[in-house]
Amino acid sequence: MNDRIDPRISTGLAPQAAEVEAPPRPKTTEPAKIAKSTRTQVGYVGQSVPRANARRLLQGRGTYADDLKFPRLAQVVFFRSPHAHARIRRLDLSQAARQPGVIAAFDGRAIAEYCTPWVGVLAHLKGIKSPPQHAVAIERACWQGEAVAAIVAETRAQAEDALGHVVAEWEELPVVTDMEDALANRVVIHPELGDNICFARSFETEGFDAAMKKADVVVEETYGFGRHTGVTLEGRAILADYNAAEHSLTVVHATQAPHMMQDIFSRHLNIPEANVRVICKDVGGSFGIKVHVYPDEMATAAISIMLRRPVKFIADRLESFLTDIHAREHKATVRLACMNDGRIVGFDLDDLTAIGPYSVYPRTSGIEGNQVVNLVGGPYAHKAYRAKMNVVFTNKNVTCQYRAVGHPIAVALTEGIVDLAAQKLGMDPAEFRRKNLIADDAYPYSFPSGLKFEKLSHHQCLDKLLALMDYKGLRAEQAALRKKGIHRGIGLAAMIEVTNPSPAFYGVGGARISAQDGATVRLEPTGMVTCLVSVTEQGQGTEGVFAQVCADAVGVTIDKVRVITGDTGVTPYGGGTWASRGAGIGGEAVLQAGKALRANIVELAAAVLQVDRATLEVRGNAVVERASGAEQLPLAEVGRIGYFRPDTLPMTFQAELTVTRHYTPREYGFTFTNGIQASYVEVDTDTGFVRLLRHWCVEDCGTVINPMLVDEQIRGGIVQGIGAAMLEECLYSAEGQLLNGSLADYLVPMTGDTPDIEIAHVSTPTRQSELGAKGVGEAGTAGAPGAVMNAINDALAPLNARVSVQPFTPERILKALGKI
Amino acid sequence: MDERIETTIALTVNGTGVTRRIEPRMHLIDFLREELGLTGSHVACEHGVCGACTVRVDGEIRRGCLTLAVQADGKTVDTVEGLSDSGELAVLQQAFHERNALQCGYCTPGMLLTAQALIRERPDATRDEIREYLSGNLCRCTGYQAIIDAIETVLRTPRTEGVR
Repeated sequence: MNDRIDPRISTGLAPQAAEVEAPPRPKTTEPAKIAKSTRTQVGYVGQSVPRANARRLLQGRGTYADDLKFPRLAQVVFFRSPHAHARIRRLDLSQAARQPGVIAAFDGRAIAEYCTPWVGVLAHLKGIKSPPQHAVAIERACWQGEAVAAIVAETRAQAEDALGHVVAEWEELPVVTDMEDALANRVVIHPELGDNICFARSFETEGFDAAMKKADVVVEETYGFGRHTGVTLEGRAILADYNAAEHSLTVVHATQAPHMMQDIFSRHLNIPEANVRVICKDVGGSFGIKVHVYPDEMATAAISIMLRRPVKFIADRLESFLTDIHAREHKATVRLACMNDGRIVGFDLDDLTAIGPYSVYPRTSGIEGNQVVNLVGGPYAHKAYRAKMNVVFTNKNVTCQYRAVGHPIAVALTEGIVDLAAQKLGMDPAEFRRKNLIADDAYPYSFPSGLKFEKLSHHQCLDKLLALMDYKGLRAEQAALRKKGIHRGIGLAAMIEVTNPSPAFYGVGGARISAQDGATVRLEPTGMVTCLVSVTEQGQGTEGVFAQVCADAVGVTIDKVRVITGDTGVTPYGGGTWASRGAGIGGEAVLQAGKALRANIVELAAAVLQVDRATLEVRGNAVVERASGAEQLPLAEVGRIGYFRPDTLPMTFQAELTVTRHYTPREYGFTFTNGIQASYVEVDTDTGFVRLLRHWCVEDCGTVINPMLVDEQIRGGIVQGIGAAMLEECLYSAEGQLLNGSLADYLVPMTGDTPDIEIAHVSTPTRQSELGAKGVGEAGTAGAPGAVMNAINDALAPLNARVSVQPFTPERILKALGKI
Repeated sequence: MDERIETTIALTVNGTGVTRRIEPRMHLIDFLREELGLTGSHVACEHGVCGACTVRVDGEIRRGCLTLAVQADGKTVDTVEGLSDSGELAVLQQAFHERNALQCGYCTPGMLLTAQALIRERPDATRDEIREYLSGNLCRCTGYQAIIDAIETVLRTPRTEGVR
């Protein structure tokens, strides 16, 4: 029985590798030296702990999907439609199939024998419609870039060489590229659907007209938003490996939602779900781009089955621009009614958005517009609201959910018209907002569009922002500079944001998209803790925050925790990364699993030590006496006994050193967050160029698990929003030809385009979870375009000019100034 | 029949001599990734805009997607893997790690090589000059501020082991 007492008994075994300080390689970054804060024993939540998984990325030793090579790996490339809308008269792949290195060439019919088509609709978006979509087009292509044939070769260069030998004859069909043309239904893209309207929604609060009639002032403006895209630095990437003997499919996929993809591969490729494993290793940026079903990726998986060998597809940059989902092509008119004292009576919205020829599967392309309807007017305490929204088909690339889905539109519409109303009343925009923001003590609050807010902090955030930016000082500086002919502007944008969605987002509509996530936490025999989580890592730092939460929950130092994500064969089942849900939902699952493991560790230790379990606690990698803190049993000893000497434990006791817990937010449809941003710009009225001088954001995401990671999520998000506001637009000709399919022509923010960004927080933890964390990954992108637009218009106001169509290019600004 | 033309190149990559028969059209980045399995340098824009493929050829940073492999014949090529093992990037890597100056990590090897060139060429660079020097490296995740901060920290810290 002494066996359990002294863990330091020499056993003659070599030391555990985990206890060796660092690899014996001089001069490299040594893990032990990097993170000062890893020495802290408890309380990692709330600290800026550097994330462990960054080390491999810093040495170029990550594993992105394109880095992998399997034996007999084949490469697939796609022959894509050069036309926006055309019937395939003849497709001859015979010459291509005879080119050097080519293994096979397939048309849409051949692929369809292995991959069933899909329809991107959901039951809770009433009336949404879309035609069946195939992995590779059959008979007809509906946008420029749609795949119509697949060429498989031993190398990518050989496959690309063979593309030039594909013979295709086309019958061009009428093209619909303009949203309003689409709405007019003069040409119907899918005649079997009857019209070009994918989805429509209208909404009106009771007594809307009467309320609006009583208003003293009504302002109205029409806003335009350029169709843009995510531009993940790593293109879409998939490596599918079919094992004919097992009828199993392993897919290494740059994805945000491995379990969703497992279900979809299973159903559309007719393989039992248990035989499909989706592995998501390092991903080079996602931003919502990598959470959708892409036809060429489905085709790649089908071809792996057809050829019974591994097949890889990597989208090149042109393919990314032609086929990665686009987003945010909207034209919307918004009216705001208010009283002379500044009180807002109501908002009236008419939104039109175009989504390409198909609603994207399985999330649909109706969600973005739906979010706009849900969110317009969101921060304010008005009672009247009317909204009308049409989602129409066009012959451009498909659109779907991109970072902050609908929010950048809703925030810009709301905040643009709010500023216009303040201007009309002669009120300061900050004061106008203070008058109308929902009071901080008004919660829980039901919003006119039907949304429910648990607890927001608009006024605290506004006050903090104005202090942070020295609003009064800036206004004085602006006035002084105006006298010198320097045109600077200040723009504010308050926002609400959907995070931690419940099953109300997708599950209720019939989508097999999980709103819950799970975590398994296991004590290893060495005292290390392994934490497996269903949320994926796309670079935002989820694995880092899970390690923090896990270390606190179990009672170990963070260097003892290893986090594993991104493998349906290994982790619990869950939704993955989207809708600002990873830390809030996955983090709570980790917390509960970690606490359960801690309790089980204490129970085992109590059995070993034969003391009351209430006298024990886990702290600093050991079971300690709760009262004195005196170490009783190191976790390595708990592990050793639990796994190797359970014979020394009471007969009735079974150690459980692995536990799994899940979490789903259910009390509210969404756990709303709020925040406010400000932008300070200078407009050169001779050239139309805008210089972004500074940007601020105050955000309330509840419990801040890692302030540094949170702030960097916000900064990165703001810069993506700045890209939308200033630079980014997928330009199409009237014939539906993409005009800017390279990074030389489609501009994204570079170092010279971005200001330094100051961030502060108000913390209102959600009471739905013990962790209290709300989402934050999309907040920056949600608010930045509106703030920048208002700043530009504030600068232009003395010149009686306004801009309302994004991106705010020098040309648009000079036109607004009447200079061109 | 396969009519590909091939040529032989011999070069030093991360301190090790390599000889390969390759097609003359092969880009240096594809040579490093596909022929040598050095996947630390990445392909993103494929025409010299984004800097993800930045490597060092005879001591100067180059775009791997705009350089043909045959142009590196007889030369010395260094990638992030080699410069990590030699320790040359250690201080920068540590500063990037502590400041979270990377998210997805796809641009990071190119950023590090560019930043190291800046540190060697302009040790007194101001914050604006850092921004200017990095203006050919695209990062879609961070918004750049953390990257600029990390490099500024290295520049302002007295020289220590690891920076040469």
